[in-house]
Amino acid sequence: MTQSLIDTAVYAELTDAMGAEFSAQLVTTFLEDAPNMIAALKQGASDGDADAYRRAAHSLKSNAEVFGATALATHARDMELSGLPDTAPPIPALKAVYADTADALRALLDA
Amino acid sequence: MRDTPGRLLIVDDNKVNRLLMTRSVEQLGHTAAVAENGRIAMEMLAAEPFDILLLDIEMPEMDGFEVLEALKADPKLRDLPVIVTSSVEGLDNIVRCIELGAEDYIPKPVNKVLLNARVSASLERKRLYDEQKKLLDRFATVEVAEHLNRGGFAIGGQRLHATILFCDIRDFTAMSETMAPEATIDLINTYYTLMFDAVSSQGGIVSLMVGDGLMALFGAPKPIENSAQSAVAAAQDMLTMTAALNDERAVVGEPALRIGFGIATGEVVAGYTGTDERATYTCVGKTVNLAARMEAHTKSVDRDILFDEETRLRLAEHTDCEALADMRFKGFSDAIRVFAL
Repeated sequence: MTQSLIDTAVYAELTDAMGAEFSAQLVTTFLEDAPNMIAALKQGASDGDADAYRRAAHSLKSNAEVFGATALATHARDMELSGLPDTAPPIPALKAVYADTADALRALLDA
Repeated sequence: MRDTPGRLLIVDDNKVNRLLMTRSVEQLGHTAAVAENGRIAMEMLAAEPFDILLLDIEMPEMDGFEVLEALKADPKLRDLPVIVTSSVEGLDNIVRCIELGAEDYIPKPVNKVLLNARVSASLERKRLYDEQKKLLDRFATVEVAEHLNRGGFAIGGQRLHATILFCDIRDFTAMSETMAPEATIDLINTYYTLMFDAVSSQGGIVSLMVGDGLMALFGAPKPIENSAQSAVAAAQDMLTMTAALNDERAVVGEPALRIGFGIATGEVVAGYTGTDERATYTCVGKTVNLAARMEAHTKSVDRDILFDEETRLRLAEHTDCEALADMRFKGFSDAIRVFAL
């Protein structure tokens, strides 16, 4: 993984603009909601529902961009653009990136 | 104007985005409501007014494109400013939003300065538009305003089957000579209030007001079931109201008002007449002339309501009509049958 997990400049911009407390609430909401999006991604893949798959990837990308979670955003964007593949979708890799991103975000919250 | 807060509807299927957008909008001094998808948004728009829609594209149930299409098809919501806020991929998708009527596009994550500028500009345009609409409603009737909003303004006409009603106050000029100017205007305004009420409650519209004379259209621009019956009913309603007004006038020693009505039914040419700068929705043609002649004729035969045969044929069977002597009106080659109620 050559990309940084969190672009600290983007994250700082968010906390500056929205306030630390609200930003923390936003991160917490994301950490609660992201497993649902990953589950929707999986569900879309197993149902062969390309729209649902793309939409879930799109949401993850969109949220990741809010926090400057560059690696996760890139990964989700790739999935959104390439759509539901015929072969196994790269969900495990995404989950791994998400786990690292979530850790990094939690660390930022604790800091 | 910039300081007046707006009420915004944020449509986004994603929790984080809804929170973030709501907070951003509130920080700018506006209020916000949220909808989780397009379908819910359309329900909310039908239930309460909003100044601006902040619309996501990728959503389940009803996506942003479908919302834009639904808004475009709804005359009441067609002019609601929509700012698309999305991280949708591809320039063609953004172009599609604009083509579907979106006012603007802001990529996500939304930059607050950009959002502020876009929202302020949209609010200002919305307010200007609302003011124009209010003016239009004041100077045109609801039906004409709707007609204009639907089809836009174009000088031109169409042939319609309609009923035309003319009325005026008998001997108003002589009457007003002995009255104070304020009292004259006051009386005319009372008369217009009653007349507008009578006409609109029967589905007609007042097209022209000249002094104490008034021309009303039934069946244009919107067709109504029985334009002749409606016009005659409006005249009767007006007579009843005038009688009540006269009772009040008698108490304070004012002379009674008498109003004459002329009604004719048939083909008319309807449309906006005038110039691009100043125009009015009206009807012209033989039927209109005939109604005016009928109204003038009420004085000669001392009747309140006169109408032509086409109107007579459309009245309910039990209507008590009296055929008067045929008339040769100016501008009409044949003798015209005249009926009184």
